[in-house]
Amino acid sequence: MSISPAAGIGARRPPVRGSAEAEARAARARRLGARTIALGYLALLLLAPVAMIFYRTFEHGLGPVWSAVTAPNAQRAFWLSLEVVAIAVPLNTIFGVGMALLLERGRFRGKWILGVLIDLPFAISPVVVGLALVLVYGKTGWFGDWLAENGIQVIFSMPGMVLATAVVSLPFVARETVPVLHELGTDSEQAAATLGASSWQTFWRVTLPGIRWGVVYGVVLTTARALGEFGAVSIVSGRIEGQTQTLPLYVQDRFENFDSTGAYAAAVVLALLALATLLAMTLLTRRAHRKAGT
Amino acid sequence: MAIEVRNVDKRFGDFVALGDVSITVQDGALTALLGPSGSGKSTLLRIIAGLETPDAGEVLIGGHDVTHSPARTRDVGFVFQHYAPFKNMTVHDNVAFGLSVRKRPKDEINARVHELLGLVRLDGLAKRYPSQLSGGQLQRMALARALAVQPQVLLLDEPFGALDAQVRAELREWLRRLHDEIHVTTIFVTHDQEEAMEVARQIVVMNAGRIEQAGAPGELYETPANEFVMSFIGPVNRLGDAFLRPHDIQILPDDDGTGTEALVERVVHLGFEVRVELKLHDGRDIWAQVTRENAEQLELTEGQILSVRLPAARVFAT
Amino acid sequence: MVGKGLLGIYLTALVLLPIAALLSKASSGGTSAFWREITSPEALAAIKLTLAASAIVVVINAIFGTVIAWVLVRDEFPGKNFVNALIDLPFALPTIVAGLVLLSLYGKGSPVGINVAFTRAAVGLALLFVTLPFVVRSVQPVLLELDVSMEEAAASLGARPLTVLRRVVLPSLAPAIISGVALSFARALGEFGSLVLITGNLPFKTEVGSVYIFGQIQNESLPTAAAVSVALLFVALLVLGVLQFASRRQSRHVL
Repeated sequence: MSISPAAGIGARRPPVRGSAEAEARAARARRLGARTIALGYLALLLLAPVAMIFYRTFEHGLGPVWSAVTAPNAQRAFWLSLEVVAIAVPLNTIFGVGMALLLERGRFRGKWILGVLIDLPFAISPVVVGLALVLVYGKTGWFGDWLAENGIQVIFSMPGMVLATAVVSLPFVARETVPVLHELGTDSEQAAATLGASSWQTFWRVTLPGIRWGVVYGVVLTTARALGEFGAVSIVSGRIEGQTQTLPLYVQDRFENFDSTGAYAAAVVLALLALATLLAMTLLTRRAHRKAGT
Repeated sequence: MAIEVRNVDKRFGDFVALGDVSITVQDGALTALLGPSGSGKSTLLRIIAGLETPDAGEVLIGGHDVTHSPARTRDVGFVFQHYAPFKNMTVHDNVAFGLSVRKRPKDEINARVHELLGLVRLDGLAKRYPSQLSGGQLQRMALARALAVQPQVLLLDEPFGALDAQVRAELREWLRRLHDEIHVTTIFVTHDQEEAMEVARQIVVMNAGRIEQAGAPGELYETPANEFVMSFIGPVNRLGDAFLRPHDIQILPDDDGTGTEALVERVVHLGFEVRVELKLHDGRDIWAQVTRENAEQLELTEGQILSVRLPAARVFAT
Repeated sequence: MVGKGLLGIYLTALVLLPIAALLSKASSGGTSAFWREITSPEALAAIKLTLAASAIVVVINAIFGTVIAWVLVRDEFPGKNFVNALIDLPFALPTIVAGLVLLSLYGKGSPVGINVAFTRAAVGLALLFVTLPFVVRSVQPVLLELDVSMEEAAASLGARPLTVLRRVVLPSLAPAIISGVALSFARALGEFGSLVLITGNLPFKTEVGSVYIFGQIQNESLPTAAAVSVALLFVALLVLGVLQFASRRQSRHVL
């Protein structure tokens, strides 16, 4: 340790390090330490549990799993989930793209309110979403009488489930489309206008192709959220077995009836769908990075 | 098609982009809108194109009042500074766009695109995508695209601003020749006075939303209407209220008593011309422009004291 | 334009009307009734548990999330791409499955002997799972853009790695961390599906706000359910607003 003549000056001097090697060793130790903490945390919280459920499901072989998956109620739940998603996702896609156009290209005051409203489903518990929908469209809700008079059943029926699913998965397409729309810029759209294209032609031939990957990513996120929706649908569907029970609700139903094989099997189906979603997300993100040159 | 702009106003919030602006552009002219950033030149161009609407005033193209017609119906070709390519379409489809929007038959479109790509020297690149082209190529594609629908008017917004100096020089030359061939009324916006002087036959000098002067390049140089035009076009020395052109300052070989004393502070060799930075005996700084030969003959060196004759300076009423 | 009208109707039917109905129901008995409903013993217990658990969880997320983001951006190791993709698993996986998944490893019959089912720890565990991606995904892009030369400059001036971290890196990351924390908190407040199976929903012990609300709906006590819903929603929006504001203020100094 050398005595520095400048030691009297305010700041504390760093201690003289032994060698560059000791420095490098310390840096490597720090890096490995961080890596261990991070990977360890992820392994304990994510990997191990997911691996566990696959193990538990197939513990007794494929047979029980197959019969669980092909049970009539399981099948009905599966198709019902797909049906709900098949309606809710396209609705939210059209809405999302429209909203993004409004937010990015529209000129009016109070845009921020629109942004807040679109993001609101993120802040609300799905259970609260369900409650709110019941309060509007339920038998004793605001539109209860009018709906009854016209023979339309929303709550405890398909429309209600689609509605609940649409609400909780509302923001994704809009949120993912806004930045790509922003990046696209208005130049090419204006060029199309000077070349004689109508608004619709411009949208279809210039804007949409320009933003399509953002939209696709948004659709993937929406689909994943819609498929997995539990709380809101739980309330508005009445959970009637075979009729208004989506796959996530079916999982709960089986578990509560001590049919762990049935629950696990259905959960694995959903987990596989989730993994497919993850794959799609990763591929799309990588594609976006490649295009941007990052 | 002649273009007439009458008493146009345009504001963006509190900012006045154009204040009572009127210009006339003859049919078949090649005109430059020249001015610094914020002068309103791009705004004026966009108003002529129909991409912006004026708050007051009229725009007439070919005698028809198009002030409130959308861009789509005006039959103007517009070229953007950053090319605005349709990134997801090939060069061929980009150029064909205007025609396909008008539902022209395929054969007609293909023939016309082929013709235009030849005109702009991009043949062979028809199947490429914009991401595979250089800046200069993209701008030529943008021109071909705008010309494909045979517009009555061609408008270019700082078309060469985003390009390298070399490419810029080539394309300037090229634009002038293209205009000679096609004769469509062309207006381009630039902040580069050299570019305006070189390419345009008529220049409209703008500043802070107003027209300062409009005329042929030579006219603006020789008889500038005010300080701004004189300073903006061509090099200038300012001595109080007086403006002098550097090449009008004569360095006298001998002191014949008619000149003013000056100290050579710096001699800068810029190829053919030499720039001589001088300090007059009253302390003011000016610079003179002489040819290489003159500089040699006068044996100009730093620290030298010599005699200069200042020409009659131009003073503008304020 | 017709489009704008349709968009407006969609937004109204899905968001505006339901929120309005919720507020209306919650205030249907006046402020005194509202207050009574949210301070009933069971409701209060549920709300307290929700707030406490969410707060603890987001602090843990802030720390581990930042470390994970750091490792994903600055470190290299085989399988990094896989790990990076894995972070989004809680986003993609249905919450009910998340609960089941955690239960299989950390519940009854756990192969490692850890059984947190029906305990408060289970609440924390489930919330940690579902809120994992927020801080990580918030910090990652900022770390990617961060100019390494800042850290190099600090090092050349004699700062030790820990100091560089504390005084140069973390302040730059602060806005992103705060933003991620805000989103995690809002998410944790409302979480339902992953808690339903693993916590047993025992009132006063492991019952969170959302489960309590669910119970009240089953009992057809809609005003109570609405009141507690509005209370939780209010807290979520408040925290979101405050933290996003703080995050934006921080970034003004940093960027």
